Amino acid sequence: MSIRETSRVRPSLFGAAGWPYPDEHGRYGPYGGRYVPEALYPALVELEEAFSEAVEDPAFRQELQALLETYAGRPTPIYRTQRLSSSGAQLWLKREDLLHTGAHKINNALGQGLLAKRMGKKRLVAETGAGQHGVATATVAALLGMECVVYMGSVDMRRQEPNVRRMRLLGAEVRPVETGSATLKEAVSEAIRDWLSNLGSTHYLLGSALGPHPYPWIVREFQAVIGREARAQFLQRVGALPTAVVACVGGGSNAIGLFHAFLSDAVELVGVEAGGRGVKTGKHAARFSDPERGRVGVLHGCYSYVLQDQDGQIMNTHSVSAGLDYPAVGPEHAYLREIGRAQYTYVTDEEAIAALKELARLEGIICALESAHAVAAALRLAASMGRDEHVLVGLSGRGDKDLETLSAAAEGQ
Amino acid sequence: MMAAGRERLAARLNACSAKGRLALVVYITCGYPSPEATVQVCRALAAVGVDAIELGVPFSDPLADGPTIQRSSALALRHGVTVRTCLEMARQVRAEVGPEVGVLFMSYWNPLFQYGFERFLQDAAASGADGFILPDMPLEELCALVPLAEAEGLAIVPLLAPNTPLERARLVRHMAPPFVYVTTRLGVTGARADLPQALRQVLAMLRPVVEAPLAVGFGISRREHVRALWGYADAAVVGSALLDRLGSGGDPAEAAAAFCRELLDGCTKA
Ligand SMILES: Cc1ncc(COP(=O)(O)O)c(C=O)c1O
Repeated sequence: MSIRETSRVRPSLFGAAGWPYPDEHGRYGPYGGRYVPEALYPALVELEEAFSEAVEDPAFRQELQALLETYAGRPTPIYRTQRLSSSGAQLWLKREDLLHTGAHKINNALGQGLLAKRMGKKRLVAETGAGQHGVATATVAALLGMECVVYMGSVDMRRQEPNVRRMRLLGAEVRPVETGSATLKEAVSEAIRDWLSNLGSTHYLLGSALGPHPYPWIVREFQAVIGREARAQFLQRVGALPTAVVACVGGGSNAIGLFHAFLSDAVELVGVEAGGRGVKTGKHAARFSDPERGRVGVLHGCYSYVLQDQDGQIMNTHSVSAGLDYPAVGPEHAYLREIGRAQYTYVTDEEAIAALKELARLEGIICALESAHAVAAALRLAASMGRDEHVLVGLSGRGDKDLETLSAAAEGQ
Repeated sequence: MMAAGRERLAARLNACSAKGRLALVVYITCGYPSPEATVQVCRALAAVGVDAIELGVPFSDPLADGPTIQRSSALALRHGVTVRTCLEMARQVRAEVGPEVGVLFMSYWNPLFQYGFERFLQDAAASGADGFILPDMPLEELCALVPLAEAEGLAIVPLLAPNTPLERARLVRHMAPPFVYVTTRLGVTGARADLPQALRQVLAMLRPVVEAPLAVGFGISRREHVRALWGYADAAVVGSALLDRLGSGGDPAEAAAAFCRELLDGCTKA
């Protein structure tokens, strides 16, 4: 696929040079945009301008780079599995689970935290599902001396309890959200409402590549470091590119961050959604794999694929992994799928748990339930390939937070 | 005979200013506190002299709304209210309130988009509604909807916020709106104790730019709030405070009438 050059290519931190999306309307083809209450509009414009300036400022880039290296622990290694996938393609893991705070979320939290400080903000608000983004934001707030409020669905607070304790220890206030399904969707709504009410003092540190423009762009740029590193590491270690790159897709930040460096390569890009209890049951978060419920629409300011009923009411989703339990997918993924540049598949709760256990027993790595979705899909894919082929998997986070969920699932069986 | 919605709304606001009073615009969520209540409440509102009614289409994720409208929307959805139900309610409301009271739809974009927006406009016009308000549709995109709305004789009522740059506020002229809805504050809907200090200044700056009557809402919940708008605005919009009374357990129509009588008293110069 060739990447079209346009006159207005956005400045890029780590992203693919020459990729013309988002366009000047904040769109990826038809997807994206800015469907927000009027009071947010000027704030989004201000954020877009501040980010564009920051990206071009060598001092900002240096400060971020230094923190990524000395504080977060970048670069993360790529690791070739020894016992997992012993036949079929060779499997490589991009180890974002080794980062400080335990997931890729810290890449974006550091970037946006520095941006917020530069904009003169004193307070960070965030949503969180699995708690990883909440912990990353709380961490950055502590580091930069900012106030921090994290909104979290009460269902998620129960199932990701260790992360709630970590956020509190880091000095953040965790506010439970009880409305609707009391998971990530409601947490995003509450965080946006908080931001809307405190625009002067507060930056909304959105944790995934979703929401109104410029968020999907900003988050992609801060996460694109994953793919840029991995691609260079791969070329160095293997001397060739992988056949396929696989990542789990909640809102889509670790996936877009990993994919971007490979956009103009002859490499298959595979996003993995949460199949929950199976797509036919309706209890899942597979926006692309359920044509009846997953249709184009608007949620949280963004036009993309959204799980909804016939009347356009947003559906409650289900996934064993809180971080994938969200009814809309980031707009750039919708576009990559539409133009055929990336493919999307799903993995059920059961398959993800099985993959997590297999990785633990065969490689000594306990990954997050979110990342286990990518591992399961990669194993499936690798099995159909030859030994001379390579599959790169985004291992987005570690699994300490999921021990409770895993024991509950084991008891349920 | 059927005056276009924009003309009808403009005429009603003009009549108010000719009488030397503010217009009173109210918001209710369709189907709150029950589907049966909506038409009865609107009849009572018209009887006490409310000038225009915004019929809220419930949405599962109302981003711009505080706890009251979140709750009223969730309850209406549990009662099975859909866009189709709201259109039917509008038809009955129009029949009850007569031709002179303004009737507008207020809806987040997704339910209307799924219904099919052009089909919605046709059905809304057929129901007797005068126009619509889309709180999550940016002004740029609203401008693009003008030809569709005009084809059905429906008015677009745009929303402006206190932080809208004046240059951007100018966009509303493309819609030739019967009035513009200015929010009192940065934040979500919901009854509040006070109006912000800077509001009058915001209104004074917007007035020459927008060239349309100004309706002010978000947090207006008492006669005194309405009275404080005198000389700065042309209409007051009251939503959450009314819903709080509708949902308080008594007869919703009576509660609505009593509360709006009080607000209408604030609309007339003391
Ligand atoms: C470890 C991990 N991976 C993946 C995700 C999913 O988010 P995204 O799709 O934005 O990468 C989360 C979200 O909480 C997470 O914690």
